Amino acid sequence: MTGPAIEIENLTKKYPFGFLNLKNRMSLEGLNMQVETGEVFGFIGPNGAGKSTAIKLLMRLIFPTAGSARILGKPISDVEMHRDIGYLPEQPYFYDYLTAAEVLDYFARFHDLTAADRKERVERMLKKVGLETARKIQLRKYVGLAQAILHDPKLVILDEPMSGLDPVGRREVRDIILELKRDGKTVMFSTHILSDAEMLCDRVGVIVGGKLRGVGAPGTLVDMKTQGMEILFELTGTSNAPLLSKATRTGDRYRLQVAEEELYAAIEQLRGAGARILSVSQVKATLEEFFMNLVEADRAQGAAVEVSGQ
Amino acid sequence: MRRAGVVALNTFREAVRDRVLYNLVFFALLMIAASVAVGQISIGIEQTVIVSLGLSAISVIGLLISVFIGVALVSKEMDKRTLYTLLAKPVRRWEFLLGKFAGLVLTLAVNTAAMALGLLLVMIYVKHTLERSDAVVLVAVYFILLKLALIVALALMFSCFTTPLLAILFTVGLYIVGLYVQELRNVPVNVMSPAMAAFTKWLSYLLPNFENFNVMAMAAHGKAVPGAFILQNTLYTVVYCAIVLTAAAAVFSRRNLK
Repeated sequence: MTGPAIEIENLTKKYPFGFLNLKNRMSLEGLNMQVETGEVFGFIGPNGAGKSTAIKLLMRLIFPTAGSARILGKPISDVEMHRDIGYLPEQPYFYDYLTAAEVLDYFARFHDLTAADRKERVERMLKKVGLETARKIQLRKYVGLAQAILHDPKLVILDEPMSGLDPVGRREVRDIILELKRDGKTVMFSTHILSDAEMLCDRVGVIVGGKLRGVGAPGTLVDMKTQGMEILFELTGTSNAPLLSKATRTGDRYRLQVAEEELYAAIEQLRGAGARILSVSQVKATLEEFFMNLVEADRAQGAAVEVSGQ
Repeated sequence: MRRAGVVALNTFREAVRDRVLYNLVFFALLMIAASVAVGQISIGIEQTVIVSLGLSAISVIGLLISVFIGVALVSKEMDKRTLYTLLAKPVRRWEFLLGKFAGLVLTLAVNTAAMALGLLLVMIYVKHTLERSDAVVLVAVYFILLKLALIVALALMFSCFTTPLLAILFTVGLYIVGLYVQELRNVPVNVMSPAMAAFTKWLSYLLPNFENFNVMAMAAHGKAVPGAFILQNTLYTVVYCAIVLTAAAAVFSRRNLK
């Protein structure tokens, strides 16, 4: 495979509503983008931004009002392209009457695998995604993840893979995504958690109000740049260093936020006061600030997030 | 086709695990009660009573299963979103529908066969023998199964474009109308305008004819059913199901899942 894993052209989805369906709610507006082979691509945006809509369009669960897309060089209407892709829906749900192993075996049967091969893969997957120890609430997510990668697909599309998981679970999912990347797979996943995207993605696409607002490596997107530095330090006894008044104190520990260019001066001053520096970290825009900026910019331009009426 | 088979086997497994076959216990109890009761009635009509009761029970139980589970086949997978994961596999929507249909027909076939066996056992118990002419009971059971397959196809089609409740109403409504198709054909032409007469005739051929599947009276009296009639009913069911399922696939293949 040399070409892009996913090519999306002008993909648009409107949902008609109202009496006689004369009005339209725009769910996705003219999406144009590509996901390159071998990269981890993050699709980020607030809830209801159109991430799931785009993914469902790619999976042919819903049909576009306009536009087209190709996956692994094949048009998405070609059912054979599903041989090489894995998909985890946002809220995966499986058959109550089947055990996890039976669910995986059932899905594996659609991939022309021999009985022995299916058995081996199912057992391996159950171990890999930690299903043997998973608690019930996370079980569906894990089974969903297992069925998405069971048949060794070239492209894996995950819709909110981390949502609803505890920190341990999120870590496990992150490890699985990184492992897929190491194995040369292409991964596209959607999330509204920026830190996940930053940690994992080669590139991200930001989608707000059904429109793509930017694509690039995380960190290069304007609003994701560092807002300052946070210094964590310890200080026993008292000191009259002027910076201390700006710090937040918890026992002997202090947190202090300074601008990036003032960092070294601040550290010097704190050392002079006898403080022990514990850590220095970047402060980034919170998710909320990041998206609110985009949403507000959107409103400022006079374009409503939801376009309605004809 | 192989993928439809995978879906079919899973549908059968679902029915078994959801205890659909428990109805057989009810049927068994009914048949035992009937065989005891029939001993109290005058000799000579045991056959009629047992066969009529047995075939009616097989038909009613089958109808309930085919309508209610038939409607749920697709709508349940859509509601619970199990379909999302499935359709991301290399399986076409029509293959999924065909598999669902075949799975429930397989369930009904197993269920009906078990009930038919029970009925034959009760007949042996009551009459102490089975005659060649009793084979007509098997034909009657076969016709019931054909009828059920047609009902499943209709329930499946309706559930592809409307709510489960409406799909049940449409299916049951069409079944009841289909029992009286012959009456529609027999309406005297002179009471209608020519246009209305043509419409009625056209409608009577379009509607599913469920009347033809009823050979209970012949079975109860041990009368043979002509081979040509068996063939005709079989072909009718195959062709009608194919048309209905094609329509269902056409609707379902364009449907946006919520």
